[in-house]
Amino acid sequence: MRRSLTVPIVATLGFLFLYAPIIALVIFSFNANRLVTVWSGFSVASYSSLWSDPQLLPAAWLSLQIAAIAATIALVLGTLCAYALVRFRRFRGKTVLQATVSAPLVMPDVITGLALLLMFVAMQSLIGWPSGRGVLTIVIAHATFCTAYVTVVVQSRLTDLDLSLEEAAMDLGATPVRVFFDVTLPIIAPALVSGWLLAFTLSLDDLVIASFVSGPGSSTLPMVIYSKVRLGVAPEVNALATIIIGFVAAGVFIATLLQLRRKPAKA
Amino acid sequence: MTTVPADTSSRPWDFVQRGLAAVGISGRGLVIAAPALWMTLFFLVPLAVVFGISLSVKQFGQPPYSDLLTTESGTVQLTLHLSNYLKLIEGSIVDGGFWFNLAFNLIVAALALVIARGLSRSVEPLALFAIYAVAVVAGALFLVTLYTADLNVYLTAFLSSIRIAAISTVIAILIGYPMAYAIALAADRWRNILLMLVILPFWTSFLLRVYALSSFLRGEGVINNFLGVFGVPPLVMMQTDFAVYVGIVYSYLPFFILPLYTNLVKLDPALLEASADLGARPYRTFLSITLPLSMPGVVAGAMLVFIPAIGEFVIPSLLGGPGTQMIGRILWDEFFGKTNWPRAAALAITMLIIVVIPIMLMQRAQNAVVEGR
Repeated sequence: MRRSLTVPIVATLGFLFLYAPIIALVIFSFNANRLVTVWSGFSVASYSSLWSDPQLLPAAWLSLQIAAIAATIALVLGTLCAYALVRFRRFRGKTVLQATVSAPLVMPDVITGLALLLMFVAMQSLIGWPSGRGVLTIVIAHATFCTAYVTVVVQSRLTDLDLSLEEAAMDLGATPVRVFFDVTLPIIAPALVSGWLLAFTLSLDDLVIASFVSGPGSSTLPMVIYSKVRLGVAPEVNALATIIIGFVAAGVFIATLLQLRRKPAKA
Repeated sequence: MTTVPADTSSRPWDFVQRGLAAVGISGRGLVIAAPALWMTLFFLVPLAVVFGISLSVKQFGQPPYSDLLTTESGTVQLTLHLSNYLKLIEGSIVDGGFWFNLAFNLIVAALALVIARGLSRSVEPLALFAIYAVAVVAGALFLVTLYTADLNVYLTAFLSSIRIAAISTVIAILIGYPMAYAIALAADRWRNILLMLVILPFWTSFLLRVYALSSFLRGEGVINNFLGVFGVPPLVMMQTDFAVYVGIVYSYLPFFILPLYTNLVKLDPALLEASADLGARPYRTFLSITLPLSMPGVVAGAMLVFIPAIGEFVIPSLLGGPGTQMIGRILWDEFFGKTNWPRAAALAITMLIIVVIPIMLMQRAQNAVVEGR
């Protein structure tokens, strides 16, 4: 059968479209010319200006901390929520909980951010907590929308899970809590890892919600990047992007290799 | 099998459970309560607060909005302002002729679709085609009426958000379908690499990717430098709606490809072989077998492009021009630029009602269809 060339050509162009801007960004991070995107020689000037940038690196450290805490809270809440929704057959408010926990997935960031900020302000004037906005409010905001994503990931894994293993443990006299920790948790561990990573990435990436709920002195990395790139090209952002892309590419590459290596072992 | 030593009480969590049970709290209740309380406090209550503040008015001070409840000489007064909602439609010229055209064209389009569906098996193809043509023309006139009306900035932003999201979704389908198809058809060792290439951008920062695209498209950017080599004058791509379409497709293409790929890879090759054996040419097989069977994947993927695109802020703000008014950006400006919190709240509530809730209902319906199969 003669294969048409349309599909491979369009697909190649599609991958080119996905990668050309990223590759250009990486290349131009080594450009000697600060202002124009015209190649004028190899240089690591943008990396040294990243290193000495007073905002970017502290903001990156802050964002990593916020992301780690928010993802961990989201992991706990999301796992509990998914467990309740999948394993508990019927309870009051189950439909409401399911709707509430999936709503953040379709909610525009501007609404989520505005809503949380208005509530923090209202709460502050009512009960005095949280006093002002900052890291704490960003963590709460991120944990909230990340819980929704973790719930989806864990829920789909729990739904596929073979119930008989848990039933066997119950029959052997294990309490529900023990079954969860000794049987369920080890099986869903990969889903928990990907849920945590997803939450971590989403938190690290969020500009809009953080902008609403942050306060003075708590600018996250996306907020600093946004204020720099809004006005044009910023070489130190190119350098930072190259570093991040390098880390992510290495991580995804290793994960794919591990997956590939595990498969033949099973077969 | 090895024998496991009996350890009935050595686990800390058993102890915790007994302790809680002693004071009348079931583990089950706790499992439900923790996420339920959190989501209620930090998701449902905030939305209620937004609704409340959308009924107040802007005033100077901290916080910059009027109180709904005021106590005056011992009596509590509730003051609700609808002015923020009225402002959202104020200044739009929507006369009788506009409403007539809108309603007439919508009804004609809907009727023609219903008739065409009803008659699809009993009427000649040409007649069916004519009825569909009527539906398409009426639908187009409906959109023309809507988009040429003289509306205020808020309504225009709502409409252009929907338009930009819809056009971007169509472009994403046109580019993403061949990509998903190519991955599904690829040999095993290539497939994993291609999939990795699709997933990789998703883990890198969204903001940085939009920035990468902006330095690609700008006046002195890579594309124009490349074109300049061939003597082509620089194209103005940045700060246009075109840049916003490209930005949305670029950012959300992986989200379209993955669900479609999952669907396409499950396609039974026997069906394709049967079709070929019966003499169908490849494109015919594609149109009557592959495409209809992959529709759930296309719809799922398209939703993942359309939904985030509609409320998008970053892409129109970094790539769009001053004329690209999307609703997310208007809300942002209303809040940060004009510090009109009540107006921003009213916009959020309106967006919730006319965009988010319909999308949630659509997704529910779609899930019900998928699970029903």
